[in-house]
Amino acid sequence: MVMEFKPDKPIYQQLIDKISSEIIRGDRLAGDKLPSVREFAVETGVNANTMQRVYREMEYLGIVETKRGQGTFVTENLERLQKLRMEMKQQYIEAFVQDMGKLGFTVDEMVEGLSQYQGEREENDD
Amino acid sequence: MIELQHVSKKYLSNKALDDIDIHFSKGKIIGVIGENGSGKSTMLKLMAGLLQPTYGEVLVDEKRADRKISTKVAYMSDIDQFYPFFTVNQLVEFYESQFSDFQTKKAGDILDFMDIEGAEKIKHLSKGNRGRVKMAVTLARNAPYILLDEPFSGLDPMVRTSLVQGVIQYIDLQSQTLIITTHEINEIEALLDEVIVLREGKILGQQSTENIRIKYQMNVVDWMKKLYEGGSGYE
Repeated sequence: MVMEFKPDKPIYQQLIDKISSEIIRGDRLAGDKLPSVREFAVETGVNANTMQRVYREMEYLGIVETKRGQGTFVTENLERLQKLRMEMKQQYIEAFVQDMGKLGFTVDEMVEGLSQYQGEREENDD
Repeated sequence: MIELQHVSKKYLSNKALDDIDIHFSKGKIIGVIGENGSGKSTMLKLMAGLLQPTYGEVLVDEKRADRKISTKVAYMSDIDQFYPFFTVNQLVEFYESQFSDFQTKKAGDILDFMDIEGAEKIKHLSKGNRGRVKMAVTLARNAPYILLDEPFSGLDPMVRTSLVQGVIQYIDLQSQTLIITTHEINEIEALLDEVIVLREGKILGQQSTENIRIKYQMNVVDWMKKLYEGGSGYE
């Protein structure tokens, strides 16, 4: 499936986010081999130069490791992956708080709203 | 690198290109975009050595682009120019006889990738499959520069996707550079490293596609519209 991209963020960044999400969800596990740059580029419909950059940046961030002649793998450094999970959480919270802040909600209102929302969801699940 | 230095091209009184100064660097996929009649095809034909500039110079790796430049430049026209009575295999053999850099095995691989039968006659192929065959024999050349004139035009989205994937699979950006003119910008935006916007024979802007997103939070189509509206600061 060729991917769709949002206009407000570079494509390489959106691909890093996508792969990071897959790692956090457990779709890709520590030590898993990633597709080759070209395979991944064809699959997502992205220029191979862009995909090369995705792998380079993720390696720089310590999320993946390239082993000579073998390919690119999700890091087995679990501490790093735990940190990635927290970074992702932080990123979503920042976006949420910023959007809600623009609408005039205070952080207290957000917290209250979140726990109320969670309560309603649990009730509906019963 | 391909360079256009103060290039103008006139057809009788009509100026197709007007004092263009630009270069295309190696190892990239570059899109040339703009409305009909903006000079895109003329620019490509000049780089392929099929036309000569009225003024200025077109240089491919520092050599003037004339008919002989076809050893370095693979050019795919926007019109169907194949003998309809050929089979796909005969067309491949024909290309092999015409271009010393033609890779017969690679042509077979690309045709397989695109699900084309070699024994099929060209005239019996659908429009989409003719587009695929045309792309396959062009990409099978080991030329340092590959120029595609409107490769997606008039084809349905499925065919366009398979052509894009064929390009990604079979272009080697370590040794090749690809220049594409196109109207179908949205669908191939992720394929492009860089875009050049033309209007009435002049260049309105040249940018890396990722920079457009970073600087203006826009995709290429919206950026092009801003340029066409005369928005300054977007070049």
